[in-house]
Amino acid sequence: MHLLYLILVDPFVQMGTAPDLLAQTLWEGLVSGVLYALIALGFVLIYKASGVFNFAQGIMVVFSALTLVGLYAAGVPALLALALTAAVMFVLAVGIERLVLRPLVNRPDIILFMATFGLTYLLIGIGELIFGGDTKQMIAKQLYLPSGAIDLPMLGGVVRLQKLDIAAAIIASVLVAALTVVFQYTRIGRAFRAVADSHRAALSVGISLNQIWIIVWFAAGIVALATGIMWGARSEVSFALEVVALKALPVLILGGFTSIPGAIVGGLIIGLSEKLFELYWGPLMGGGTESWFAYVIALIVLLFRPHGLFGEVIIERI
Amino acid sequence: MSLRWTSIAACAAMLIGLALPAFADDQIYVPLFSYRTGPFAGSGIPIADGMHDYLTMLNERDGGIGGVRLALEECETGYDTKKGIECYEAVKGKKPVIVNPWSTGITLALIPKAAVDKIPILSMAYGLSAAALGDTFPWIFNPPDTYWDGLSVIVKQIAAREGGFDKLKGKTIGYIYLDAPYGKEPIPLLQQLAKNYGFNVKLYPVAAAEMQNQSSQWLNVRRDRPNYMIMWGWGAMQPTAVKEAVKTGYMMANFYSIWWIGEGEVQGAGPGAKGLKNLNWHNNGTGYQAFADIKKYVLDKGLSKGSPSEFGLELYDRGVYNSVLIAEAIHVAQKLTKAKVVTGADVRRGMENLDLSSTRWKEIGLDGFANSLALSCADHNGHGNLFVQEWDGTKWVKASGDVGPMNDVVDPLLAAAAKEYVDKNTGWPKRTEACDHTS
Repeated sequence: MHLLYLILVDPFVQMGTAPDLLAQTLWEGLVSGVLYALIALGFVLIYKASGVFNFAQGIMVVFSALTLVGLYAAGVPALLALALTAAVMFVLAVGIERLVLRPLVNRPDIILFMATFGLTYLLIGIGELIFGGDTKQMIAKQLYLPSGAIDLPMLGGVVRLQKLDIAAAIIASVLVAALTVVFQYTRIGRAFRAVADSHRAALSVGISLNQIWIIVWFAAGIVALATGIMWGARSEVSFALEVVALKALPVLILGGFTSIPGAIVGGLIIGLSEKLFELYWGPLMGGGTESWFAYVIALIVLLFRPHGLFGEVIIERI
Repeated sequence: MSLRWTSIAACAAMLIGLALPAFADDQIYVPLFSYRTGPFAGSGIPIADGMHDYLTMLNERDGGIGGVRLALEECETGYDTKKGIECYEAVKGKKPVIVNPWSTGITLALIPKAAVDKIPILSMAYGLSAAALGDTFPWIFNPPDTYWDGLSVIVKQIAAREGGFDKLKGKTIGYIYLDAPYGKEPIPLLQQLAKNYGFNVKLYPVAAAEMQNQSSQWLNVRRDRPNYMIMWGWGAMQPTAVKEAVKTGYMMANFYSIWWIGEGEVQGAGPGAKGLKNLNWHNNGTGYQAFADIKKYVLDKGLSKGSPSEFGLELYDRGVYNSVLIAEAIHVAQKLTKAKVVTGADVRRGMENLDLSSTRWKEIGLDGFANSLALSCADHNGHGNLFVQEWDGTKWVKASGDVGPMNDVVDPLLAAAAKEYVDKNTGWPKRTEACDHTS
């Protein structure tokens, strides 16, 4: 009976007695959710264009952040380093298209998936070789990212909003909106959607598959760079960020692998729910629930909606 | 066998020969397990450099130890127990005189192997706390303090600040830790101390995959409002925890870390990290003759793998301390056996007879670097004095005098833990190794 009380009643009593903490938790969940959505977006773009789950998206986050910090450490001014890092991500996209995607055209999806594994280890090796494996600090101040916090007295307490988190939420939202607009309303976007629907049909109307792949991988690289800057500024730039980026997997399962709005909604749901669960139900299980809770949600969604909340329903005839 | 297959076999043999360097019989083989890659490299790199540079300096300056060169070889574990065991299996056949796992998980996996392979394991201030008992674990050494010693010193410090152990009653101590064998190691003692002194314990585990995503743990801290926080962190977990603590507005003066947090892991949190506490047992910096020699014979000659900026920082110096223990154990083993090229069994005896007095520290060019340390057959740890350092915004500064562990509380628990280990591992061998002295 007591256990039922602890599970079903006590968390809500806690929410009611300390609403400021609830508000703080919702804010933290929202920020995490936006960042998860940003990472997930990188996966979705590539999945839609090439039909492959890009396992290398996580290391692309680390690699882009390391390049930025490394260029700055080499004496390049921060904003120029940012532009050069974007250029590096473009070169990477061209390289991936030429050396990985093009030779594997018409191969089964699993081959492409395995190729992204190879790409992951290649980028880890190159990153460690050039920049070293030690933890580095993101050049947040030099990139004019704000620091400090705003304390909002509300709900009988204080809700503290980090200016960096506000900036992260705004930048991520702008980036998500911009990518949505580009891929929904521009010529490139229409071509991208055509490729996503059918490679052959797209080719038959003169769309260059190779060009679209480069654009999409470059877009995913830019998304990775933005994520690397934001997450790196919140903690540090280290190879551990790669694992954080894999948090996008349950987000994708939830939102659907093929849906840009799904990535956004999925990210927010996972971000908010894992924070709420850890704070109010986590202590009952010894804490540390964040490492698995998102996957539980994903599993439940898989049971009832295998294509995710917004993913395409694929019906294949036997 | 056809010519083709003979050629292939010959090539394969050549390749294997190239991949596994042989070490001459007139050298002492010292493998150095390290992690320069992966999520824990931030902590692993300076330690690996400190270890490597001190032993390389001995090779360059003195021609090794007792006139015998040290054959040094790093093996990358990535702080992964599986890879650590692979490293151990790879070096085992090359007659290593000692193995430094640099991971509690790897140490736990190697403890049963050490006695069988006759290779002493040095888990310097980490690993299984109960391994301090040499009568039960004759091949394992964990000087100069166990994790339980470290925790007891922190609790002692907290009690002193509160005005006595009786004042701990009703207080709450939060414990944030890497959810791995390392982070879990001190929990039994923490719970015992909580029972003894009536304080509450709140546990905040951080999974390795969530090291850089700790906002939930710190929301819990905000809700629970612990009077003090203790951290057992490693790698990217540490800078993230410090940043989150600052973000949450936690009083940094009440935030204690075990001895593994380096300067680079605090700097990123900015001025808000001022007041953070950290344990240590040696001084930091480069103001010692041995460090001048490292610079002259290793750094200036381009023989170091590290960056000059880490020279003299806390974790680099920790690596140097680790290598001093290795070198001294070899030195003592040579004196005991009158042999130049010593074996793992000899170095085990060397460790048991280690006597790093203040005179000896001076002789090796590290006058005042650390406290005296003497080990024995029964005591493989030393349980030396520790001190508290405080972050002043740019560097660690000494914030306490020497504080000894709570031996009266810890010793019986160590004995019980050792007994429990033996009971769980049926057939654990009784010590048969002779003892050179009975101190």
